[in-house]
Amino acid sequence: MNGHGILAIYRFEMARALRTLWQSLVAPVLTTSLYFIVFGGAIGSRMQQVGGVDYGAFIVPGLIMLTLLTQSISNASIGIYFPKFTGTIYELLSAPVSAWEIVVGYVGAAATKSVVLGLIILATAACFMPIHIAHPGAMVAFLLLTAITFSLFGFILGVWADGFEKLSFVPMLVVTPLTFLGGAFYSIDMLPPFWRSVSLFNPVVYLISGFRWSFYGQGDVAVGISLALTLVFMLGCLAAIVWIFRTGYRLKA
Amino acid sequence: MSPVITVSGVSKTYKSGHTALHSVDLEIARGEIFALLGPNGAGKTTLISIICGIVNPTTGTVIADGHDVVRDAKAARRKIGLVPQELSTDSFETVYATVRFSRGLFGRPPNPAHIEKVLRDLSLWDKRDSKIMTLSGGMKRRVLIAKALAHEPDILFLDEPTAGVDVTLRRDMWDLVSGLRANGVTIILTTHYIEEAEEMADRVGVIDKGRLILVEDKAALMAKLGKRRLVLTLQEPMTTVPAALGEWDLTLEDGGHQLVLTFDTKADHTGIPSLLRRMGDLDIPVTDMDMTRSTLEDIFVGLVSQGEAA
Repeated sequence: MNGHGILAIYRFEMARALRTLWQSLVAPVLTTSLYFIVFGGAIGSRMQQVGGVDYGAFIVPGLIMLTLLTQSISNASIGIYFPKFTGTIYELLSAPVSAWEIVVGYVGAAATKSVVLGLIILATAACFMPIHIAHPGAMVAFLLLTAITFSLFGFILGVWADGFEKLSFVPMLVVTPLTFLGGAFYSIDMLPPFWRSVSLFNPVVYLISGFRWSFYGQGDVAVGISLALTLVFMLGCLAAIVWIFRTGYRLKA
Repeated sequence: MSPVITVSGVSKTYKSGHTALHSVDLEIARGEIFALLGPNGAGKTTLISIICGIVNPTTGTVIADGHDVVRDAKAARRKIGLVPQELSTDSFETVYATVRFSRGLFGRPPNPAHIEKVLRDLSLWDKRDSKIMTLSGGMKRRVLIAKALAHEPDILFLDEPTAGVDVTLRRDMWDLVSGLRANGVTIILTTHYIEEAEEMADRVGVIDKGRLILVEDKAALMAKLGKRRLVLTLQEPMTTVPAALGEWDLTLEDGGHQLVLTFDTKADHTGIPSLLRRMGDLDIPVTDMDMTRSTLEDIFVGLVSQGEAA
């Protein structure tokens, strides 16, 4: 195993985040704070409780998930896309690092960044309203699992993308709508039966539901199903990555 | 001596259908400097990319220091350093960080002393904290070489190392290559500059249209194909070579003002003394005499144009 190689990639990616600390940390924290002020403070005070939880507190897990998803995808996709774009990928391809070592380096760094960000947003939320975490262990597990899964997904996206438009296309037009419609700001139980059934096809519903369960002990779907589907999605991403490296898809001529 | 790199039957056809290499066989001896010459698009970079693992060969195998570059990729790659032709760098990184990154990526434990030595050898030490984007093209080229040397490779590929580089840097680079060779590093370079191959290489390979058309010891190549020319400037121009001089290989140049004798450097008689005697007998006055020998460039141009004619 090339441990020095994994560490080199990991450090390189973390250094990239530190260079752009402002965009990496401050912007998401600011955006999330605005959500809390608008939805938690201004509107939430006029909203009734959802499942016995204050509306302001209710949206916290969803907002953290929103950040976790978008940040994991963008960190990991840019991490692998940029060397392809600048041509520095030649070094990675000629280095004695195996496919999984490359993935551990890039995905590990992307997941680390989004977990740190998720925790910072949680701390920010705690400044606005009292947060109670019923199952801290499960909360951390969902946080890690989601960060890793969507960093894997971002890595695939970065390999697939052959232009900056494609790189922003998926997060903008797929992930953000799915997150908003996945119950970040509401419980899908509030929806009419038809739309509730449609929502169950949205994978993000299960992530948010499971994560919310770890906070308040209740979710839209059973926590076991949330966990199982997250794992299935992760395995799907891993399979895609194995295929990418076997075939050299968009990495090697 | 056992070869350090053995290329056997390697061909490459890209998805576009373009065949960049046709079944190339090549052996590189340990510790030699091998120059791969060829026009643009001949397949030099494709061949190097296959050996370094960046491009998959369509057929054939490459063994680097006893390891198959596909099946035993990790072991093979640890031995190899690559300086690519394109100036692809991480603009926002510092020189030191990028060289340290390369060493780690190639599986070597940190060694600040080695990195300092590499940077000093390449006159980059003063620039170690500069961001790469602030450097000139020549400096970026040095950074790429430093990255390739960071993991102490036994085999170094230099793809067009002096393209777009000024004379001083080119000299520095030649010195560096000699130094590496003295330490036992095998060096394979591709170049457009024939003088570079002539100056540095032990052996020369000529590649054209995806075929390795010649691999030869440089000195032997020079001797084998090297022709010399004796240029005689005539006082009175001629329209044709006189029949009396028919036994020599003579041509008229410069509108009949110059009579040129072409002869083989290895031939027992050059034919010069007898030609000059005969010309004296015929009373053909000569005002100047000049001797030239063909360079690798002449040989190379000759080979490639032969290939085109065929």
